[in-house]
Amino acid sequence: MSKDWPLWEVFIRAKGGLDHKHAGSVHAPDGEMAVNHARDVYTRRMEGVSIWVVKSTDIVSSDPDAAGQMFEPAKDKIYRHPTFYELPDEVKHM
Amino acid sequence: MRQDPIMQSALRLGDDALILGQRLSEWCGHAPTIEVDLSLANLGLDLIGQAMHFLGLAGDIEGQGRDADTLAFFRTDLDFTNCLLVEQPNGDFAQTMTRQWLYSTYQQLLFEAMAGVEDARFAEVADKALKEVRYHAELSADWVIRLGDGTDVSHQKMVDALGWLWRFVPELFQMDELDSLAVEAGVGVDKAALRPAYDAAINAVFEEAKLTRPDDQRTLTGGRHGHHSEHLGHLLATMQHIPRSHPDARW
Repeated sequence: MSKDWPLWEVFIRAKGGLDHKHAGSVHAPDGEMAVNHARDVYTRRMEGVSIWVVKSTDIVSSDPDAAGQMFEPAKDKIYRHPTFYELPDEVKHM
Repeated sequence: MRQDPIMQSALRLGDDALILGQRLSEWCGHAPTIEVDLSLANLGLDLIGQAMHFLGLAGDIEGQGRDADTLAFFRTDLDFTNCLLVEQPNGDFAQTMTRQWLYSTYQQLLFEAMAGVEDARFAEVADKALKEVRYHAELSADWVIRLGDGTDVSHQKMVDALGWLWRFVPELFQMDELDSLAVEAGVGVDKAALRPAYDAAINAVFEEAKLTRPDDQRTLTGGRHGHHSEHLGHLLATMQHIPRSHPDARW
């Protein structure tokens, strides 16, 4: 039965103000039941206050084989980090 | 012996929750999918939690030193006061979900009313449990609609499940002398008065599920007074076997 149901990716918000984070996946015939299943599988120990589900097939991902060209060029661009400014002492919380 | 209506009220509430919780636990590892397996286990655990509250309360009121575990594991079927509906076998998934829906819909109305009774020991447990029970009622109604309005096979299974379970519904709303005394004592609810709201709620689901409300059959009753179906003894044998074999076991 479960193999006939599509797979849904589950994102849980741990508490108000935080991001939804990927928690795992569930099988379910539709989104409404996927939310119920996600609730029963991933929030049994008070892990969350909000749930998103999205069909796994609706996620577009980068190609792992193209990871080199996708991500490695950023490696030596250290000047993209904002670490070259001298901050006056008066500026706090940066 | 004259029975204390307050203690008996707690016992009946506790026994309903305990027996339905035990039934649901039988699904562990057998449900159609891992997600449904966890879903049923969660319902069962909620109910066993409620049973611990109510049986603990019953033991306190009785004052004979019996705690929730003693009441759960060291009484025989004749001493159990649960309604007949909750002890009915799981059958297939349709029968389990139908039983859950018929009970949780009742339990939700009962606890909504009980959250307002005078006695805080009852009102507070009902209020706390309501969040669980509303989820149970919604989840089971959702399945009833899906299966009733699903395939020909799932629809037929729902018709069969209702055919089995419908005769146990009237017992939920029966008021005996103890129930009336419990209402007077500020712990109980007039269950008979919940029936119109119950009918409205389940008729709405029948319609959405494309199921016909069954004709009323000869009502089966007696659970509140210890007259149970043959199924309860088997359930208790499984549930009570370990604590009775090893009465002082700890883990």
